[in-house]
Amino acid sequence: MIKASAYTFKILRYDAKAPGTKPRFATYRIAVIPGLTVLAVLLRIRDEIDGTLSFRCSCRSAVCGSCAMVINGKIDLACRIQVAAFNTDTIILEPLPNLEVIRDLVVDMTPFWQMYEKIQPYLIRKSPVPEKEIPQSEEERLRIDQYVNCILCACCYGACPVLAREPEYVGPAAAAKLERFVLDSRDDRPAGALEILNNEKGVWACDTLFRCIDACPKEVRPTDAIVGLRKALVKHRFQKLLKENEK
Amino acid sequence: MVNHDILIVGGGLTGLRAAVGLCDRFNVGLVSKVYPTRSHSIAAQGGINAPLTNNPDSRDDSWEKHTFDTVKGSDYLADQDAAEMMCREAAPIVYEMEHWGCPFSRFSDGTIAQRPFGGAGYPRTCYSADITGHVLLNTLYERAVAKGVTIYPEWFVTSLCIEDGQCHGGVVLDIRTGELIPVRAGVTFFGTGGYGRVFQHSTNALINTGSGIGMAYTAGVPLKDMEFVQFHPTSLIGTNILMTEGCRGEGAYLLNNLGERFMQRYAPTAMELAPRDIVSRCIQTEMDEGRGFEHPLGKYIQLDLRHLGEKKIQERLPGIRQISIDFIGIDPVREPIPIMPAQHYSMGGIDVDKRCASEVRGFYAGGECSCVSVHGANRLGGNSLLDTIVFGKLAAKAIAEDLEGGIPRAEEKPLLKLQDSVEATLRKLASPGRERPALLQAELSAVMSEKVGIFRTKEELDQALQKVLEIKQRYRDVGVSSSARHMNYELTGAVELDYMIEVAHTIVLGAILREESRGSHFRLDFNTRNDKDWLKHTIARMGPDGDPAITFKEVAITRYEPMERKY
Repeated sequence: MIKASAYTFKILRYDAKAPGTKPRFATYRIAVIPGLTVLAVLLRIRDEIDGTLSFRCSCRSAVCGSCAMVINGKIDLACRIQVAAFNTDTIILEPLPNLEVIRDLVVDMTPFWQMYEKIQPYLIRKSPVPEKEIPQSEEERLRIDQYVNCILCACCYGACPVLAREPEYVGPAAAAKLERFVLDSRDDRPAGALEILNNEKGVWACDTLFRCIDACPKEVRPTDAIVGLRKALVKHRFQKLLKENEK
Repeated sequence: MVNHDILIVGGGLTGLRAAVGLCDRFNVGLVSKVYPTRSHSIAAQGGINAPLTNNPDSRDDSWEKHTFDTVKGSDYLADQDAAEMMCREAAPIVYEMEHWGCPFSRFSDGTIAQRPFGGAGYPRTCYSADITGHVLLNTLYERAVAKGVTIYPEWFVTSLCIEDGQCHGGVVLDIRTGELIPVRAGVTFFGTGGYGRVFQHSTNALINTGSGIGMAYTAGVPLKDMEFVQFHPTSLIGTNILMTEGCRGEGAYLLNNLGERFMQRYAPTAMELAPRDIVSRCIQTEMDEGRGFEHPLGKYIQLDLRHLGEKKIQERLPGIRQISIDFIGIDPVREPIPIMPAQHYSMGGIDVDKRCASEVRGFYAGGECSCVSVHGANRLGGNSLLDTIVFGKLAAKAIAEDLEGGIPRAEEKPLLKLQDSVEATLRKLASPGRERPALLQAELSAVMSEKVGIFRTKEELDQALQKVLEIKQRYRDVGVSSSARHMNYELTGAVELDYMIEVAHTIVLGAILREESRGSHFRLDFNTRNDKDWLKHTIARMGPDGDPAITFKEVAITRYEPMERKY
């Protein structure tokens, strides 16, 4: 419900390229109508009030993953959150945590994409491909469904308490992407491909606090992936031990 | 200066597919103004057409039938040889994407699932629930990562460098650092997408400014068939977020305020699955004649999914359900979705042949920014994802062939000259101006939606033209708030607005000239198709005075004689 005809928006402003300046909150008063999203407010501020405000956006329908930020303390996509959803007429907007701020609400996504690339985020096929499609049952397709839905918005990355203290941790999104391929009936990656996350900066770093699940706007459960990968790693280790014993 | 054999602009499906096809043999650089997975290809929902014959109702489907549907859907303006090429490639590229890991939905026999779509004789639209663009774009991006394609995210091309009939590359603004960088390349390929944001009511992402189309045009490359603008029948009222044709493919009804499935009166056989141009006109007519519903956000028609049941909706259209709940507070399981038509797709674009080559040596384009033409006057649903990947692939093949004799030598001098001129433009934009770019853009898009919409008349088009010319004048006074160049989206927006105005100008002028009704272009004052005078493409070239000069090009007709379209 709308609490007032005009809301106060406090936006954390900062420019990493302007030496000597410190982060500060800038305040804007914006008239609110039903259905107004946080992104629509940001656009109005930039287009009509303060052209220097910097933020990313594109699809405005929660599919492209550009506009993740902290909205009144909770990480979400600005485009899908309605201003009236909060029990207050003051909305505070801050950049996504765990990534360096470049300018205002724009953060440096480089580490996020580096982790993504690290896990070999693509189908690895060793068996020959048929002339037509590789058959996959509906159940097999369903198994990867939640991970397929990931839009790489980094909400989970920003919410992860482990990343806050260990920036080299691979993070929830990359783990979920790896699990998406591990669980894909068509993928032939060797069990050894998981070794890349078999360390204290990989899946063993997770505290299983489920903040990533809470933050995901697409109902992906990265913790499921991390637990799944741990099980696979343990299973693989036992199989290796067994084999060595047989020798 | 950055050097590549091939510069690819655009990180959507077309650009990525071209890059994947070329990166093994050439030094390719792919530039994208957003991270590639943010590209608008991501938002495609319903599916990609290919005659796989997996659906029990499509066993005797074929590429020939797909071609016929495409040509008929185009209102016979498509080049039939090109449409045939696209449809022949359809099954191979869907299988290729599947082999690369694309997670299509499946039938119980393990084959790729296919659903019915508008204007198609058979259910041939392959899908992944209602996120088909998302899965295809992720798969191609994954492929590009696997192949180690050099990608420059958040690099915005400000200008294309063409001199002496040859393309030398372009000048880039690194959005993050604010640095201007000339990129020299023997070949430049544009997969820069459509111009949806030239219209106020559009399903398109905010990045879909059509700046690539305007950039090519101002650099001297002609545009084709710009008057053909697709209006999607079903966008959510208010935000105009797309409600996929897949809804109707799965059986949804369109209802007016009498509770009537009104499509019965207009297209008794195809009903809700008539092609988009027809359904959009029917919806607009129902609303204009007082049979729509009223809402503070505007008039609407109902898209009713309720009879499909919760299970089917959740399984096949989960995204549609979520969007409806998030953006209008309606659960389609219980209530019909309020929809209206909105701009959706650009049939017209950069004039290229079926090898994606333009008339300028070293400059190619594919996907929505281009016009081959395979969609003619109206594109069928499920054919745009197909177009993007097929022509990304075919462009790569054509470019590789053309480079067999050696890579054209791109010159530094014209690039440096262009860099100076971009520098001057940016400096001028950062000096105080009377016009705010975003507000001028809003005026432009408002007049385009109001006067260059589904139903057009000479009078309204003339008014639109006057307004566009006025906006063009006022653009000279545009100024942005800050001279800082890094992460300055107001600045990039101002640069793009210049191109948007040019694009709008060509659309309006084409619409004024074309005195007939064909596909998406409907003139109330010339309300029938006129093959005798108008079975031809319009070509818009920037004249010496800066206005578009229009000429015409033959339509390639091979197998299908133009007939009346009935559905």
